Amino acid sequence: MLAYALRRLAILIPTLLVIVTLSFIVIRLAPGGPFDEERSLPPEIKANLEMVYGLDQPLAVQYGRYLRGLAHGDFGPSIKFRDLSVSELIARGLPVSVMLGLSAVLAALLAGVPLGIGAALRRDGVLDRSVRGLAVLGMALPGFVTGPLLALVFGLYLQWLPVAGFSGEARELVLPVLTLALPIAAYVTRLTRASLLDVLHSPYIRTARAKGIGEWRVIVTHALRPALTPVVSYLGPAVAFAFTGSLVVETVFALPGTGRYLVQGAINRDYGLVMGMIVVYGAVTLLANLATDLLYGWLDPRVRYE
Amino acid sequence: MSKSWVAALALALIALAALVGPFFSPYTYDHLDWSHVASAPALQDSHWLGTDRLGRDLFVRTLLGVRISLLVGLLATAVSLVIGVAFGSIAGYLGGRTDEVMMRAVDVLYSLPYIFIVIILTTLFDRGNLYVLFIGIGAVGWLTMARIVRGQTLSLKHREFIEAARALGLGTGAMLWRHIVPNLIGPVVVYATLTIPQMILYESFLSFLGLGVQEPLASLGNLISEGSREMESASWMLLVPAGFLVALLLCLNFIGDGLRDALDPRDR
Repeated sequence: MLAYALRRLAILIPTLLVIVTLSFIVIRLAPGGPFDEERSLPPEIKANLEMVYGLDQPLAVQYGRYLRGLAHGDFGPSIKFRDLSVSELIARGLPVSVMLGLSAVLAALLAGVPLGIGAALRRDGVLDRSVRGLAVLGMALPGFVTGPLLALVFGLYLQWLPVAGFSGEARELVLPVLTLALPIAAYVTRLTRASLLDVLHSPYIRTARAKGIGEWRVIVTHALRPALTPVVSYLGPAVAFAFTGSLVVETVFALPGTGRYLVQGAINRDYGLVMGMIVVYGAVTLLANLATDLLYGWLDPRVRYE
Repeated sequence: MSKSWVAALALALIALAALVGPFFSPYTYDHLDWSHVASAPALQDSHWLGTDRLGRDLFVRTLLGVRISLLVGLLATAVSLVIGVAFGSIAGYLGGRTDEVMMRAVDVLYSLPYIFIVIILTTLFDRGNLYVLFIGIGAVGWLTMARIVRGQTLSLKHREFIEAARALGLGTGAMLWRHIVPNLIGPVVVYATLTIPQMILYESFLSFLGLGVQEPLASLGNLISEGSREMESASWMLLVPAGFLVALLLCLNFIGDGLRDALDPRDR
């Protein structure tokens, strides 16, 4: 298990390197540069600016310099946010994005697992049918639709919660987290329901019941653990989804996270910023997938790592 | 089954409205009506679904957005279908090391959130070039299709008729085209239907972020983005496009699920 974890960690770095290299090449091949917006810029000044950022060097040299910086944890300068380095921008925004993403996944689990269990235990009951209907809605609706709608209802009409902005208060995060958690919760509910139904039909559960164990103990001690393995294997994709989704949620609710940097960076051709975001998001996604795989083996002893 | 029929009917109605609806309105999508700026939906003055901040008619703009969404759904799905089927069937049929390398590449791409790749692709070309957008979105959405096709190909590969065709000396290309691909149609059609709403979602997502369809052209994504900024004073600007997008996505999902149940009973 430890050897497997280490090997996976070792593959992670080359994978990240491939991602960095590919995106570096693609972004630089794109037409247009970071100084295009300022049309009145005289060519001498533009050349000077490019020299300051090393953009006049051959691409291979720039790539080498970028990699060397990365190895030292330096993401280089941002071209649009002139006073800040990319590392500083990430350090400012990432805590908000991470908090948002993790709270959403946590909230989705806390809501989805019990709802799924309840739906499976009373199959075709009122709860089951309403949960299934909500799950379809939750999975079909994107965050940029549910977010503004939630803000409209709870923020503007009912005035329970703030509509947008972030000053550090927890209640300002309620609607963003809810928006982000909704599709994840819907999926978790459906997974839990389906796999618990599956497990409850297996022979060893019938044996447990035949031995006269109370229904609650059958479910909690015997059925739940194997039933939750698909949910756990969904956690990696869920974290990745929450991070992607935070892009939208941060835009909708005007939160100071990192999601908007990716979009702004792409629009402004802010090479350093886009690359920095790709590295950070890529690393988070890969780590989330790795953590999921390891957790999976811990939960289901039949899984063997070769 | 009845649910998917209702959904199919609703989708047909929406599509019909998107195709012919704009012709009934006296306005075009970029006509600025300064005497009706941000006016609420009303039957008089022919602004049936209201107007936006610049006095543009929301009925026409939303239906234009639905047109673009449907077009993206179909074209991007077609692109992902072609790439996915070609990639998956070649990997599955050739097997061995080729298969290993090709599917490992799919795994790596899979482990990235799709939005990275799409954002990088949109930076590659001029923003607002619709065809690039369609192809870019489709070029990202083929991964699952490739996996499904590969799995099916693997199970087809050792069937007698394939052996027979190989014994007759058929080349790899002809084999794939004449014997493998035609036998993949069932699962491919099911998955393609489920891909359409995803593609529509990607496009409106990009347009929402300002990376997709550009003003003055309307897409459901940029209409919703505009509406969410104006919702305090003009909630219809959000509710109208959001309602259409929700209806569209729900219909397509129900149809896809119904089709899957009908064509692929094992996966229920």
